[in-house]
This record gives sequence, C-alpha cells and structure tokens, in this order.
Amino acid sequence: MTFRHGVTSGLAIGLGYLSVSFSFGIMAVNSGLTWWQAVLISITNVTSAGQVAGVGIMAAGGGLIEMAVTQLVINLRYSLMAISLSQKTDSSMTVPARLVDSYIITDEIFGLASTQEKVGFKYMTGLGVLPVAGWTLGTLLGAVLGNVLPPAVTSCLAIGIYGMFVAIVLPVCRKSKTISIVCIIAVLLAVVFRYVPFLNAHVSSGFAIIICAVVSALIGVLITPESELKEEVQDGE
Amino acid sequence: MENKAFFIMLAVMAVTTYLVRAIPFTLFRRKIKNKRVKIFFDYIPYSVLSAMTFPAILYSTSSMLSAAAGALTALVLAYKGKNLLVVALATCTAAFLVSLLEMYLHF
Repeated sequence: MTFRHGVTSGLAIGLGYLSVSFSFGIMAVNSGLTWWQAVLISITNVTSAGQVAGVGIMAAGGGLIEMAVTQLVINLRYSLMAISLSQKTDSSMTVPARLVDSYIITDEIFGLASTQEKVGFKYMTGLGVLPVAGWTLGTLLGAVLGNVLPPAVTSCLAIGIYGMFVAIVLPVCRKSKTISIVCIIAVLLAVVFRYVPFLNAHVSSGFAIIICAVVSALIGVLITPESELKEEVQDGE
Repeated sequence: MENKAFFIMLAVMAVTTYLVRAIPFTLFRRKIKNKRVKIFFDYIPYSVLSAMTFPAILYSTSSMLSAAAGALTALVLAYKGKNLLVVALATCTAAFLVSLLEMYLHF
C-alpha cells in the first residue's frame, strides 16, 4: 500500500471533514475566537468533539487543568484506537513513524485504516493528508464566511456538528441495548447538570461532560450482561 | 481572549490530545485483556458524544424551535442509518428552514 493509495482513500473523509469543520469554524468564531485561532486549533488537534469542548472551555474562561482533563477524557477513545491499530501495523511502522501518524488517529481515519490487513507508514500517512487539509480549510472557510453570511444561516450551520455526533451514536445504539442505556443516562445527567441551578453555577461544562461520560460508562459496565461481554470483546478483534 | 492566554490553552489542548494518541500508539502493542476495562473504553465515545449533544444542541442556533427541528431531523436520519455528511447537512437545512419560517411569521 503506497502513500498515493492512502491519499486517494482519504478523499471521502476529507470532503466530510470539510463540511463538518465549517460548522466548527463558525462555532469557534461565535464563541469569541478569531479566525486564525480557530484554524490553529483545528490544525493542531484534528478532533471534533475535543475541539468543541475545548472552545467551550476557552469561551467560559476555564482553567488549564480543566482543559487537559477534558481533552484526556473526551479523546481517550483514541488511546483505544491506537492500541487496536497497533495490532495491524507492519515493520515500516517504527517509533518515529508512530510518532508522526499518532497525529492523524481520528474516528474516521482509524475506521478506514482498520479495514486493511496490514497498515504501513506510507499508506497511513497518505490517508491523513486530505482529511487534515479538509479539516483545516473547512475551519478557515467557516470562521471567515461566518462573518459574511447572515446570522440565520451561520447559526444553523453550527448545529451541523451536533448532527454528526447524533449520526455517530444512534446507529450504534440500535445495535446495542446496553449502549442505548449508557447514552440515555449520559443525556439525563447532562440535563441535570444544565438545569439544576446549583450544579449549573458550580460545575463547568467541561467537567460536567467528563462526569456524565464516566458515570454513564461505568453504569454501562455494571449492567452489561455476561453474554454481551463476550460479544463486545470479539467485536473489537 | 488575549493572545498569550490563548496560546497557553492551545498548547495544553494540543499536547494532551497528541499524547493521548501517541503514548499508546508507541508503547502499547498488546490487546487489553480485562473485558470490563475494555468495554468501559468502548462506551466512552458514545457517552461523551451523548452528553455533549443533548441538551446543548437545543441552544446551538438562534432559537430553540429551529434547533429542535434540526435535532429531530438528525435523530430520524441517523436512526435510518444515513451517513455522517448527509445527517449533518440535513440537520443544518432543517434548522435553517424553520428559522426562515420564524422570521417571516415573526415568532
């Protein structure tokens, strides 16, 4: 698998990222950041959920520890993907190669790379080119055009990123009852953190997400039936 | 936000995100053996995204009605298994159409 093959495979992801990061660019500017700040965030992070939460923390004047812990928890899934991907890498994936390709481990790139029998450095790096370009360019366009387009349009584009989150979660919920329960608990907790005045005033949005996510996932682990436990493990292999 | 404060926040954000990917990709090459630890990690992305999306999605546009229209569209299309791009664009479109209606009807 060559570099070029990787680049070609990444086109669909790149186009998808272009439109989603457009929403992010608008959202970032609406939150009070400048266009170049939004672009810098995108090119250094290349992650949707983490960036949305990160901008929220910046806008709310949150602290550095809150930022680090939030990114850690929200992006923890990448650790799992990295470990999983690590099982498929060939001998070209040396330590320096891994340090480079770590940067482009996202849900979609991981998903595509995982379909390969063996993942080499050239292919994986090529795979990241268009998604990173699309992610950065889309952010720039969203951040700049966000000021040109009428507010009714821009505020409606900002909802797109949430639409994508729904599209990631719901199909999985249909397949797993336990994951559906986990998601419902997470939403109920998020509602509590938002509408209970004491919690809303004293727990920042970043920490609220962490608490909601960890508590609901832990409950999920406790209620996972033994049979599904075995299935889940096999699914990941 | 001041530039200095921004760059410090950006650095913490980017370095944390990078290390979360790079440390396991470089160091771990074996599978997680403990089933319960593994499924905890399996659930995390979905619990995070759920908590981030609801109720925040209802406040993501200029009015809750248009946001609700977008959210409903997203739920229906995602349930039908449409791809991410289609759902994202349809969500925006639904919210936009409802906000146009609102403008003309002066809600």
